[in-house]
Amino acid sequence: MAKKNPNLIILSSGEAFQPFRYSVGVYGSRFFYELKENKKFFGVRCPVCRKVYVPPRPLCGPCYRLMDEWVEVGPLGTILSFTILRFAFIDPETGQKKPVPYGYGFIRLDGADTNLQHFLELPKNSAIAIGSRVRPVFQEPRQGNLKDIAYFEIVGG
Amino acid sequence: MKRVAIIGSGQTDHTGSRPDVTGAELIQEAVSRAFENTGLKRKDIDAVVIGNMDHFEGINGVELWSIDGNAGFLKPTIKLTTGGTTGSTLAIAGYHLVASGFFERLLVIGWEKNSESDTTGAITTAFDPVWDRMVFAGAVAGLAAEAMAYCHRYGATAKDAARVAARDRKNALNNPHAHLKKEITVEEVLRSPLISDPLRIWDMCPRTDGACAVIFAGEDAAEKLSSKPAWILATADRHPYTYACDVDFSSLHSLEQASREAYRMAGIKEPLKEIDAMELYLPYSYAGLSWIEALGLAKPGEGPKLVWDGATDMAGELPVNPSGGVISTNPIGATGLIRAAECALQISGKAGARQVPDVKIALSTGFGGCFWSDVLIYGQKKP
Repeated sequence: MAKKNPNLIILSSGEAFQPFRYSVGVYGSRFFYELKENKKFFGVRCPVCRKVYVPPRPLCGPCYRLMDEWVEVGPLGTILSFTILRFAFIDPETGQKKPVPYGYGFIRLDGADTNLQHFLELPKNSAIAIGSRVRPVFQEPRQGNLKDIAYFEIVGG
Repeated sequence: MKRVAIIGSGQTDHTGSRPDVTGAELIQEAVSRAFENTGLKRKDIDAVVIGNMDHFEGINGVELWSIDGNAGFLKPTIKLTTGGTTGSTLAIAGYHLVASGFFERLLVIGWEKNSESDTTGAITTAFDPVWDRMVFAGAVAGLAAEAMAYCHRYGATAKDAARVAARDRKNALNNPHAHLKKEITVEEVLRSPLISDPLRIWDMCPRTDGACAVIFAGEDAAEKLSSKPAWILATADRHPYTYACDVDFSSLHSLEQASREAYRMAGIKEPLKEIDAMELYLPYSYAGLSWIEALGLAKPGEGPKLVWDGATDMAGELPVNPSGGVISTNPIGATGLIRAAECALQISGKAGARQVPDVKIALSTGFGGCFWSDVLIYGQKKP
């Protein structure tokens, strides 16, 4: 079988890491400004279907309408679903293996109709469950990105 | 619009790692087998459509650097990439390009060399760097959250899901091209290591090196070149979300909608009764419970019962994944196209040991991105 052949050469790319510079846009920038300066969460409401989008974005895709009504949401939320990630993989942002295990939640902030994906604190005594109430634990100092929330923790957990 | 059929295909012998070939050489293996299978030569092909997901290899532009292997030298050559749905997008595009009348004999190729990178890391690059990537963990974590929500809603169990994995892995024993060819029991799935709650390693598809090439032909060429072409009766696709965090987990809406459109186009009213075989893009076991509900084969929450009753087994009313499916073989850019090639083999009666008797109608799906779905339906009778 070919895979046993010691003469076959595999060329490694080494510790390749390519930095990028991503635009966050006006709506995303406002969300992160409020998060950084005021520890507040904002979404935008569609004038047609009334859905509140978090992350905020200018356009409601299904209605194809621009949105400009900003709505404060959270900071408390509910776990829509979650998992506990247990296998290590390469984080393409850093080129390093991501530390595991970590709690991974889809969090519906109060007043929002879509979710934030974020880390969940893994509680020692109480189990995480769908429907659990969570609150954000903020990072100090904050930089204006999603990492300004360190993780969400179970309320009363 | 012209009628279109699949008249033949070629697949590599899929495996976890092929250090003996480059990407272009792997592609060439599948293309040569498709030519052998159909009796066609490079000169008979009007155009080539090829696809993969670039980040698995970290090399962009396969339509350029594989030009010798993909048989497209000095011919129209098009590259498509849509993440997990790449293979099914290729099949749908193959249909569109031939149905339009622009090309009569089209070579469609899907491939991946997943051994060349960290699969989960590469999948992560398909998602939004501002909102999704920080916590994201490829297909595994999103699907784990989907499984968690499905079990919470309907009380389905890990054992129900393991029954799906055991079925597909057993079917793979009949497929000479399959990657994982070892039978596993429900108990072995339940004892395998937990990777992302509630998913265990044997609930999840592998990562595979492999390629698949399929020849699409217009009506005249199809009837001249094949005694039993697999006619394409319907194609449909749906893309529901911008961000991975927009998912609502209540059902696979994209598959519900795409399948209903395809059923309407093909005149199918009762899919469980009217369709004879399905090759579904089920990247993990729980999808074999909830997504067959989205396809309308069972009511919401009743997928597990249909699976335990044996309806989806090889001897059942509607065999699902006679090839062993994605849980047995997953060269990602080829995966959706393999489903199309396998359905065509079933319709043509050339599926060997994995043949389901007398397949008149078959259906394949593709899955990817933010819970996107593609559906194709094939028939023995010319539409």
